[in-house]
Amino acid sequence: MDDAPRILERIDADFMQNPFDLYARLRKEGGPQEVVMPHGAKVWIVTRYDDVRALLTDPRVSKDGRRMDEMFTRHSVNPVVQEDAEPGGGTGFDDDLAAHMMNSDPPRHTRLRKLVSKGFTAQRMEGLRPRIQELADELLDAMVGRPEVDLIDGYAMPLPIALVFDLMGVPHRDRHAFWGWAAKLVGAGHDPEEVAGASRQFTEYAKHLIDAKREQPDHALISALVRVTDEDGDRLSRSELVAMIFLIVVAGSETPANQLGSAVYHLLTNPDELAKLRADPSLMPAAVEELMRYDSGVGTASFRFSTDDIPLGDVVIPAGELILLSLGSANRDDAHFRSADWLDLNRHPVGGMAFGHGVHYCIGAPLARLIMQIGLFRLLARYPDIRLAVPAERLRWKESTLVHGLVELPVLLGRAASA
Amino acid sequence: MWRVTVGDSCVGSGMCIGVAPHRFQLDADDRSHPVTVEMEPDDSVLDAAASCPMEAIRITHSASGEEIVDLWTMSSASPRTQGDPT
Repeated sequence: MDDAPRILERIDADFMQNPFDLYARLRKEGGPQEVVMPHGAKVWIVTRYDDVRALLTDPRVSKDGRRMDEMFTRHSVNPVVQEDAEPGGGTGFDDDLAAHMMNSDPPRHTRLRKLVSKGFTAQRMEGLRPRIQELADELLDAMVGRPEVDLIDGYAMPLPIALVFDLMGVPHRDRHAFWGWAAKLVGAGHDPEEVAGASRQFTEYAKHLIDAKREQPDHALISALVRVTDEDGDRLSRSELVAMIFLIVVAGSETPANQLGSAVYHLLTNPDELAKLRADPSLMPAAVEELMRYDSGVGTASFRFSTDDIPLGDVVIPAGELILLSLGSANRDDAHFRSADWLDLNRHPVGGMAFGHGVHYCIGAPLARLIMQIGLFRLLARYPDIRLAVPAERLRWKESTLVHGLVELPVLLGRAASA
Repeated sequence: MWRVTVGDSCVGSGMCIGVAPHRFQLDADDRSHPVTVEMEPDDSVLDAAASCPMEAIRITHSASGEEIVDLWTMSSASPRTQGDPT
């Protein structure tokens, strides 16, 4: 009986509607386990806090994009629709776009990361505080008089997008079109031909932007990177620069939008916690840490693979296997966070995993924290009676293996307090 | 010799642990510390300092106290904000 072929659990296509039940069961059952994901890839899913954390800093775990296609081909149980495997890793993408630091290992990753890290430090982001508040207030103003709005479309998405374009120095007149192409490269469910077209247009525009910044430099990030590329192409090649722009747009838009949308949702469905925050706004930074722990905008870290046998507890992940590290599950592990399924804005969680861990720790974390703190504060101050417009169970979560966020968040705003 | 310190702004991102695993470790409070404060010059520690999202890692010459700066990073893209803008 021992040599009977193992039948692997196939993860239900709908698991993102409530991933936390699945995660809880997998954590209870054991360490890393082989499963088949809805899109047909056989992966080792890792759900326990200590395991996720250990593998995120394990040099035997790779993100090398040049080998990722081979891994997906080898481990596809049926024809794989690699719908959202990686930003830039799916079908229809320009190769240039995929050659970014999130698809790289050290030392290449270290080189790329060091070049942009100064552009995203906490200290630099602090300077954006007034701008974030101004943008949030503009968006909230635009809602006055509308009884019901979708907060994802009207607030959670446009806020980070505007900030990321500001940071990069994308001219206002181009933003609508640029985002139109980018939106087709983010998330799942787009037609491959549309993706190919959008990928081409995105790349063309990024190259145009690079030339424009060379002609007329400004103080934003792309100009700084163009200068590095022109001075020393060994440090940052032109195609690496295009890929960097792509990564910043993709990672800087949908993930913070998911995070902000989910935070509003959990506050509105946990009125006691919301009341604590309203009573004491100085709780906001701690509240944001807890909200991001409770429901992380990135449910599972982007795909990785093993380059060697990796023993972990009583299992060994063999070399050459796909690995899916669940940040959302690690953040709900009772072994690390007491009563982890309980949202407690006074928890002050230590070691939250929403931004990952190790060399791929989210470069935008300081900005995301500010967007969350200011975005929530302005929303709650402006619309003190805000509530869900539909029963919570009617809301749908995006069908994605990686990100976790609401498709729509319809709310009734109630009266507007003076700005 | 170099002297390496990690400031209070550390958020335990694990960046330095990933970049220079033999040089840094996290404590129970999720704060990073150098394995030894005094160490031989090591490029991986410069990499860690340059990659730290909180700019929490400071490297100085033990003898002179002079700060070690990583020439590889684009210093021109990091204008420091002056105080709290709000």
